Amino acid sequence: MTTQHVRVTVNGTVREADVEPRLLLVHLLRETFGLTGTHVGCDTSNCGACTIHVNGLSAKSCTMLAVQADGAEIRTIEGMADGATLHPLQQAFWDQHGLQCGFCTPGMIMQSAWLLGQNPDPTEDQIREGISGNLCRCTGYVNIVKAIDQAAGALRAADAAK
Amino acid sequence: MIPSAFDYVRPADLGEALRILKEREGEAKVLSGGFSLLPLIKLRLAQPGLLVDLRDVGGLNGLTRDGDLFRIGGRATHRQILEDRPLTDALPIMKDAASRIGDPQIRNWGTIGGSVAHADPAADWPAVLQALHASIVLRSADGERTVPARGFFIDTFTTGIEPAEILTEIQIPFPPPRSGGSYQKLERRAGDFSTVGAAVQMTLGADGRITQIGIGLTAVADSPFAATHAEDALRGAHPNDELFREAAAAASRQSRPATDSHGPAEYKRAMVTEMTARALRAALARAQAQG
Repeated sequence: MTTQHVRVTVNGTVREADVEPRLLLVHLLRETFGLTGTHVGCDTSNCGACTIHVNGLSAKSCTMLAVQADGAEIRTIEGMADGATLHPLQQAFWDQHGLQCGFCTPGMIMQSAWLLGQNPDPTEDQIREGISGNLCRCTGYVNIVKAIDQAAGALRAADAAK
Repeated sequence: MIPSAFDYVRPADLGEALRILKEREGEAKVLSGGFSLLPLIKLRLAQPGLLVDLRDVGGLNGLTRDGDLFRIGGRATHRQILEDRPLTDALPIMKDAASRIGDPQIRNWGTIGGSVAHADPAADWPAVLQALHASIVLRSADGERTVPARGFFIDTFTTGIEPAEILTEIQIPFPPPRSGGSYQKLERRAGDFSTVGAAVQMTLGADGRITQIGIGLTAVADSPFAATHAEDALRGAHPNDELFREAAAAASRQSRPATDSHGPAEYKRAMVTEMTARALRAALARAQAQG
């Protein structure tokens, strides 16, 4: 099978690779580009640990081919912090103990970032619905929901200050 | 899970896509959003030699009203449908269904055409489209044909689509006045495939009788089907709760559920009765609210 050339912008940096068409996007990120912040959990599009943004839309990168993302703008967990300053979502997960083992956290944060882009002031129900495609087996979600709510407030305040 | 190797092409337009499908008939599969096909390929339940990605083919994701028809492009995502107010205001059943498919990430990428062509017996669109008396437009290099949604779903993962055809559009009749619909989905966990799903679309006459009725059922046979016995019991009648219970029981008798991880067949038959009755009541309330 012939390889295909893929060129994507990941967290603002253009990256290119020659890949087999069957290579999954999550493996392009983790193994070809070394961006291991995006996790592979269930590998069946249930758990959401592999959630990233592709052209601004949250996506499960275990169920996308690298070749499908050719030309796309991709954002991963590595693109969230601004140098040493954590993104408000990262800070809020820290403050609210929104993680225990941390395996689901990159996907939770990327899905939450997309949700808050859609709806800057979600209710608790809307937060829970928004992360319904992301599974956490440690926390029972209570602190995750609190963290997203805290981050929503912080992002709205930052927006109002502009 | 690593899929077996395949070739991949991303044609620039529909004509090129159709030519490739014809040349590589039998080994090529069409890739739309990927959230139905890629899980199968990863499990190696499907091993196509060539994937034809429709990503760059324009004109396939529109949502437009054209006289008495809604035209939904095959590549319209569940999310686009969910957010299209002209469509969901006229047909709230479309919002009921779209909002319960998968999860937000899957709705961002999964497409109605992909889901319909894939024909999982537990997927939600096929029953809804049969309740709505929708039609499906299929294009090949040799021409175009439009087929009713009823009769399109032949068996599990099997439809009337030919290997060299692409599902380009879904056509739904614009509902007359005093119409209402509802999709009631029973799922074990949020975002699951249906255990049982009941789709109802109803139109009332000026005298309050049911003039048009469509009922589609999800996940309780080898493929989603129209509950025609229940429809016959309802058409022309004045709606009331007792009639709805009888019709729902007729729908249940027409279903052929299998015992699986979602529950025993007997339980599913009972749930067909319940979910159909709920959908009938909700559809009636919406139809009356419109009157």
